[in-house]
Amino acid sequence: MISLEHVGVTYPGTSSPAVDDLSLEVAEGEIVVLVGPSGCGKTTTLKTINRLVEPTSGTIRVDGTDVTAVPVHELRRGIGYVVQSSGLLPHRTVRQNVGTVPRLLGWDAGRISDRVEELVELMGLEAELLARYPGELSGGQQQRVGVARALAADPPVLLMDEPFGAVDPIVRARLQDELLDLQARVAKTIVLVTHDVDEAVRLADRVAVLRVGGTLAQVASPDELLQHPADDFVADLLGGDRTLRRLALHRVDELDLGPVGPGADGLPRIPCDATQRGAVDALVAAGTDRAVVVEGDEVRGIVALEQLTGGR
Amino acid sequence: MLAQLVRWSWIGDNLDDIGVATVEHLQLTVLSVLLGLVVAVPLAVLVRRRRWLEGPVSGIAGVLYTVPSLAAFALLVPVLGLTSLWTPVLPLATYSLLILLRNTLTGLDSVPEQLREAADAMGYRPLRRFLEVEVPLALPAVVAGVRVATVTNVGLVTVTALLGRGGLGAFILDGIRRSIPFPTSIIVGTVGAILLAIALDLALLWLQRAIAPWQRRAAA
Repeated sequence: MISLEHVGVTYPGTSSPAVDDLSLEVAEGEIVVLVGPSGCGKTTTLKTINRLVEPTSGTIRVDGTDVTAVPVHELRRGIGYVVQSSGLLPHRTVRQNVGTVPRLLGWDAGRISDRVEELVELMGLEAELLARYPGELSGGQQQRVGVARALAADPPVLLMDEPFGAVDPIVRARLQDELLDLQARVAKTIVLVTHDVDEAVRLADRVAVLRVGGTLAQVASPDELLQHPADDFVADLLGGDRTLRRLALHRVDELDLGPVGPGADGLPRIPCDATQRGAVDALVAAGTDRAVVVEGDEVRGIVALEQLTGGR
Repeated sequence: MLAQLVRWSWIGDNLDDIGVATVEHLQLTVLSVLLGLVVAVPLAVLVRRRRWLEGPVSGIAGVLYTVPSLAAFALLVPVLGLTSLWTPVLPLATYSLLILLRNTLTGLDSVPEQLREAADAMGYRPLRRFLEVEVPLALPAVVAGVRVATVTNVGLVTVTALLGRGGLGAFILDGIRRSIPFPTSIIVGTVGAILLAIALDLALLWLQRAIAPWQRRAAA
């Protein structure tokens, strides 16, 4: 859906490139997260896709079309864009903000109004917020409005630049869940930039790790990345608790659960949709090495601590 | 004391003249500030594009601001004539230039770069972005400048009485020039100009709030 071929960006007046010979394919319906330390060119890379930054070399295609082949404003109206602290227009109401791109596209008022109300509902926002100005909303609400606005004209591609960077950790976790929920329904092709490795691992189908100088260090699924970091740089960026974090990516019922024997009554019970990391927590907290995995009232089997610590 | 200074019967007899002078005063003020805006706003837009112009442009506006008003009027009489409307309006507009330019620049500079980029990213074209994003957000600062320029020019218009215009300033001049100074006329001109300045300031203050409802509601 999106392809970057040997993309290079060198800002005027600088000698070293911000992005250097970077190639990346993003499949339709996939979430690819660009992650890396500050100065690694992840935001610059993102901005080349909707031409907020013009690459000095290389080619970028969206849906097979070279992005330089269409007028830049038309390209951008077909790509949703979400930024930190939402970038909402402060002098326009929520209704006007969400309806911006449809209005630029020349939709009639009735159609815009219907679409805006549909989106606000999709994002779980109350209809009474429509008449408010962005300054009257909480950070989390602003961010949801930002996403609603990006989705307004139903673009196939969504670019998100540190979308949850300006909200507190609790709201951020909720917004991340909502994004995955939303993605399950709308199936956009999403490129998201973050400096937060946990966010990358949580949201991505594939993570692209960039190093300073704008080169790719590794592109892999979160699981693969945590299990086999390509080099020390990637391993350092991911941090020391890789194994535990990887457990958070898997459900406990993905393991081969053992048969329920006698004495199972005294063991702690873990729901089958818990993560393996959650299972470790539960076992350590209960001070046992085995637990019963249940689905509602039904017993599914026994999980043992060595299954969780021994890898698969 | 007041009864001696103000002869109410004279005011009553001259109500028509006072009305005409007030309207003239208003015309000169509004015309000069509008002319100032017509010059200042494009200049501010130009300065934003060619930032190196900011020094020279504000420098020139600053120098023009220091020219004594009386001298400016006197200098223009031989060029434009005593009766031309431009003779008072041109210097008055020049005085408003500095504050209008500065406030327009401040207003445009206050629009966050991230917001311009967000507008670009949604597919705004440059002119529409300017009109729908930058202008509305810069407008409160521009109107604040218009308020200062207007109040200043209401005061300066009285000086143009020396050119045979001057709106309410003519009453002040008339009161001084009589062989026996006539306080009533001076007070009518002075108080009239002050009231006009206050009225215009309040009207513009209302406008300043009306054009930016998001600021009040966000603060509430």
